[in-house]
Amino acid sequence: MSGYDAIVIGAGHNGLVHAAYLARAGKKVLVLERRPVVGGATITEEIFPGFKFLTGSYLISLLRPEVIRELSLAKHGLELMPLESTLVPLQSGDYFADWPDHDMTREEIARHNRRDADIYPEYAATMKRIALWVKPLLDIAPPNPASNDPRDKMAMAMIAERLRAMSKSDFDLLCRLLTTSAADFLDEWFEGEALKGTKCTSGIIGTFLGPRSAGTGYVLLHHYLGEIDGVFRAWAFPRGGTGAFAQAVYSAARSFGVEVRTNAAVKQVIIKDGVAKGVALENGDEFYARRIISNADAKVTFLNLVDKKELSPDFVNDIRRFRTTSAACKVNLALDGLPTFTSIPKGKEALYRGSIEIAPSIDYVEKAYDDAKYGGWSTRPFMDALIPSLLDPGMAPPGKHVMSLFVQYASSELEGGWNAEKRATFLDIVIDTLSQYSPDIKSKILFKHINTPDELERQFALSSGNIFQGELALHQLFFLKPVPTFAHYKSPIKHLWMCGASTHPGGCITGAPGRNAAMSLLRDFQEESA
Amino acid sequence: MRDGMGMLSLKVTPFHPRTSELMQGNAWRRWAGFTVASCYEMAPDREYLAIRNACALIDVSPLFKYRVSGKDSLAFLNRLVTRDLSKLSVGQVAYGPWCDSRGKVVDDGTVMRLDDHEFRLTSAESSWRWLGDNAHGFDVFIADESDETAALSLQGPTSRALLEKLTGVRLSDVKYHWMRSIEIAQRPVLLTRTGYTGDLGYELWIRAEHALDVWDAVVSEGASFGLMPCGIWAMDVARIEAGLVMLDVDYTPSPKAFTANQASSPFELGLGWAVHLHKGDMVGKKALMQDRLKTDGLKLTGLEIDHAAFMSAHEELGLLTPLPFIPWRVVTPLFLDREQVGYATSGTWSPTLKKYIALAQVAARVARAGNKLTIDLMVDRERRPFAAVTTTLPFFNPERKRA
Repeated sequence: MSGYDAIVIGAGHNGLVHAAYLARAGKKVLVLERRPVVGGATITEEIFPGFKFLTGSYLISLLRPEVIRELSLAKHGLELMPLESTLVPLQSGDYFADWPDHDMTREEIARHNRRDADIYPEYAATMKRIALWVKPLLDIAPPNPASNDPRDKMAMAMIAERLRAMSKSDFDLLCRLLTTSAADFLDEWFEGEALKGTKCTSGIIGTFLGPRSAGTGYVLLHHYLGEIDGVFRAWAFPRGGTGAFAQAVYSAARSFGVEVRTNAAVKQVIIKDGVAKGVALENGDEFYARRIISNADAKVTFLNLVDKKELSPDFVNDIRRFRTTSAACKVNLALDGLPTFTSIPKGKEALYRGSIEIAPSIDYVEKAYDDAKYGGWSTRPFMDALIPSLLDPGMAPPGKHVMSLFVQYASSELEGGWNAEKRATFLDIVIDTLSQYSPDIKSKILFKHINTPDELERQFALSSGNIFQGELALHQLFFLKPVPTFAHYKSPIKHLWMCGASTHPGGCITGAPGRNAAMSLLRDFQEESA
Repeated sequence: MRDGMGMLSLKVTPFHPRTSELMQGNAWRRWAGFTVASCYEMAPDREYLAIRNACALIDVSPLFKYRVSGKDSLAFLNRLVTRDLSKLSVGQVAYGPWCDSRGKVVDDGTVMRLDDHEFRLTSAESSWRWLGDNAHGFDVFIADESDETAALSLQGPTSRALLEKLTGVRLSDVKYHWMRSIEIAQRPVLLTRTGYTGDLGYELWIRAEHALDVWDAVVSEGASFGLMPCGIWAMDVARIEAGLVMLDVDYTPSPKAFTANQASSPFELGLGWAVHLHKGDMVGKKALMQDRLKTDGLKLTGLEIDHAAFMSAHEELGLLTPLPFIPWRVVTPLFLDREQVGYATSGTWSPTLKKYIALAQVAARVARAGNKLTIDLMVDRERRPFAAVTTTLPFFNPERKRA
């Protein structure tokens, strides 16, 4: 079997985006997915009858506006519902809230600290301004700064030009942000513990770092790069869950002629004379194409799918060192009615519709990290909860609700390894922690489900269960991602490419690695035929 | 739990129990996180006329108010604001801007000298952090009295007679930008001869718990002086006539400026007269020294729009002319020949002057009075150019303001 221009391994959202762009340019594309469903970790699953669970990703912010536009995702069913608020229940019984309105937020911050209320708009504007300067870097293939290739030099010049266009004070701040921790950075702006607690979570979400770890300043900025309909820093819930987003991309891809096969696990990339020619499936089928693109993470791709004899030991070592250790878990609850959060006062019930963050202070989050650092888990974890059924009634039967909880930290390198018993124990810790703020939640739980790092690894083929396909740490970003020698979507194997979140700009639902890789690959096709 | 879901609420001022009873057309608006009236009657016309012909009562409680006291209070404030406060006597009030270290305007407001070492500062934006950050090294105590202080602006030619009747005190010796402690309804009130209308007028600073007593007394006595409660729309017409700039409308305060060139120096806002560079150190002094000499910046100017042409353009189409009785606040480009030379920030029909006027910022080289620019305005469904002549400010400055 042959005749394909490209075979994409993995129908995660970046794989589908990538395939759609290639097909849109007239290429014949086959996507092979190991699981029976497309979407990868971008999935909505009805694990308990009638209740739709977000077993992987749960919100959208960084999705590139170009991807929405160029793939006509709105036409293919993408509906985004921006989250309006953030609630942080405090241990004192009080709460902190971030409202969708300037005056409301001001008043709320002032209730906790008046100085913070005055400076907050300046902080938000500064972060957005810096994000605006950095944002174009998301949408380009990283240049090699040490190269003499005119294309690399031009891209480096573009970056230098952007940095020069920043004001001195913004540039200084960007440098500090890249080198400091989220906690130190926030301490420079704010005094209030609750405000800093909720803001620091943007610096650690999805990473195995604490808010006081260096490098989390960048992650904080990374999450400011998101925008929904031009509104920076907005997060949205896709109607039907993130799985519905994957379906929209799938529909777009098919409309361009992409062929997708599910239950088609790739066993190995077929390499002849150092050139990737095709893939062999677990069931023995073989497919051939001019290019093979892996949407799997860098470790899965080069340590599992490629015969290591085809790679240099240096490269294999680099890939082995690619940091993927993870501490993120995903919990879903089927609820027999809406739980009560005791800190939400009457008249402020709108807060149930937004994010509910268990992050009362920086110290709380740092301690949660400390607990997990040496192969353990947090005794009081950080959580980002959402009740999707309040936004989209289709997520649960009438009168019932689902709650999605992003939970940190439980180490992928758990001492003694993970097993069913340990998963259940950690799930109990999560629910016990939650019930401190919502005492009636236990009585409403009809069904509970947890994806710990080992489960995320098993289900979604994510190394160590890392939801970003590799840590968002400075030492493996941009022209260092996933490894310094191959940070431009190519690999040491000729015609074997990468398009997943292991490549720039990394994790979250962005579509950017898939799109950027497609742009580079299409140029490669062009140069070949020229 | 669904009860009240989605209900967000703004703050209300201490006068809300009264103002909400007066509201006829549900014309509420936001001001600094408060709910205040755009106008009480169905249209603002009579409320405006009260400002110029009788007197108007305006709830200005959303202003921020701070008490600054302590040994260094004068030195602290004199370093903060651009005006020289060393000559400000006890009982006197000074209006002016204050700047950041780049000489860009942070806010504008009044400083009242209550005593040798006691001042009140009012501002449009919350200044708690700005005051606090600038107080390092000064022996001062800053108290935010915004919530516990209600404020009423009583503006118009009959305002003095009304207050004299109400208090039994002669007020003609309270000069423009001076103050006096008085009693209304046996409640202590600080009266300042200030306002935002360019007319004879006063502002009353009242403890919040006394607000309704004072309101009731003023309204009841005011009946025989033509007093009208008045909303923001009418006040906005008056302040444009008076050539007074408004934060967020005519300029962007520097902490809110997204880019550096969105911020303004006081010289660009026509506030150069309030920048006293001869005094000692002040925040932004270095930059202000340079900005003062700049010729390439913008300058605040008045504009008189050719309303005769505006009217005939409508009449030629068989239309009545919709003159703006409610001011517009849309940044509108201004041209000289084909080149954009500035922009208007707020405009209104002036019922007193019978002119269509606007506040604008234009390149310094065309800011001198008498330059004929053009402004594009909508005529029915078309955009048409009209002459707009630069003029000095204020447009309206009656003798009674200072008399």
